[in-house]
Amino acid sequence: MFIAAEGVEHNPILPIWQEMVIGTISFILLVIVLLKFVMPRMEAMYQARVDAIEGGLKRAEAAQAEANQVLEQYRAQLAEVRTEAARIRDDARADAEGIRQDILAKAREESDRIVAAGKEQLAAERATIVRELRTEVGTIAVDLASKIVGESLADEARRKGTVDRFLSNLESAGAR
Amino acid sequence: MSGQLVAAEGLPWPPSVGDFYPPDVAGPWVTKFGIMVWLAVALLIIFFMLAYRKPKLVPGRAQWAAESVYGLVRDNIAREQIGNEGIRFAPYFTVLFSFIVLTNLFAIVPGLQISPNSHIAFPIVLALISYVMYLYVGVRKHGLGKYLKMSLIIPNVPWPMHFLLIPIELMQNFIVRPVTLALRLFANLFAGHLLLLVFTVGGFVMLNSSSLFIQVTSVFSFLMAIVMAFFEVLVAILQAYVFVTLSANYIGTSLADEH
Repeated sequence: MFIAAEGVEHNPILPIWQEMVIGTISFILLVIVLLKFVMPRMEAMYQARVDAIEGGLKRAEAAQAEANQVLEQYRAQLAEVRTEAARIRDDARADAEGIRQDILAKAREESDRIVAAGKEQLAAERATIVRELRTEVGTIAVDLASKIVGESLADEARRKGTVDRFLSNLESAGAR
Repeated sequence: MSGQLVAAEGLPWPPSVGDFYPPDVAGPWVTKFGIMVWLAVALLIIFFMLAYRKPKLVPGRAQWAAESVYGLVRDNIAREQIGNEGIRFAPYFTVLFSFIVLTNLFAIVPGLQISPNSHIAFPIVLALISYVMYLYVGVRKHGLGKYLKMSLIIPNVPWPMHFLLIPIELMQNFIVRPVTLALRLFANLFAGHLLLLVFTVGGFVMLNSSSLFIQVTSVFSFLMAIVMAFFEVLVAILQAYVFVTLSANYIGTSLADEH
């Protein structure tokens, strides 16, 4: 048979000791070389990648948060600016109204003052005229009366009383 | 019948244990199996060195492949079986896993066509390393006495039970574990090679038969050989995974605080 040509048949459960030596040496060599030169870098790279991915996610989250914050800030600022503008407009409107009222009041006051002054002056002039007229009318009337009545009325005292009475009557008649 | 068929071509039929022991290349130190192991070591060193010559954060194809293996072993084996402190074992497990996968795959590589692990010497070496490792780790963490106590004595059982349990635990933890570790790998690869031999050599034997019916039927034998080759790929990876997972599991039990 075939096996017979190879010589003694080996029991497969029993190891060949030379092979165990070869296996030990070669496998230990493999382990030493890879554990020394490759695997530490592999683990380092693994960690670096985890870091890179997690770091990237973290950075993205941070950027997102910052963007949100800035947006929020802008919104707040915009709202603030809007309120401010509205306030300024209201103020301006109020100011304008105030100014209008002021001017109106001043104008009214001025016109009142002018009217009052005019009235006063008118009254004063009227009083002057009345006074002048009174003397003048008196004189004229006396003259006229003396011309008509003659010497009978030359007495000073009597003449004065008569004229005054007459004028008072005139005034009360004019006032009525 | 088989004698008849062998006579036809001089093919080694039926396949036997002798097929696993090809003649030495040059004495007992330079054999096909020894050469294959050195080849596996060389290929792995070259692959990992080249893949990790200039590692980048965004990996190239080789670096990605190397890292996939590392990531698988690190997260799915080391961390799964041992927990977070198991990550420090991940580099060794990665080397072990790659070595077993590659040597297993030699079973279907044309020209080699047999895995070094179908000689029990190599699984024994690997299992011994795992054995020493989990004993060492356990003794170093807990001290010899406490480690033995933890390994042998199951807490919260009635004391007479210990007469039964301690020998069982002793067998289990210190004998059965390393032996099964080595035997499982060896037997799978041994049987796998035998299956391939049966269907491939069997196919040729059938082809050489005088009966036309048997010659035609040989097609199925060859088809089966192809199917079994794919199956061997699965077995190669699965057995490597099982070997490393169990090693990790044993180290994990050594590190655990409870029985």
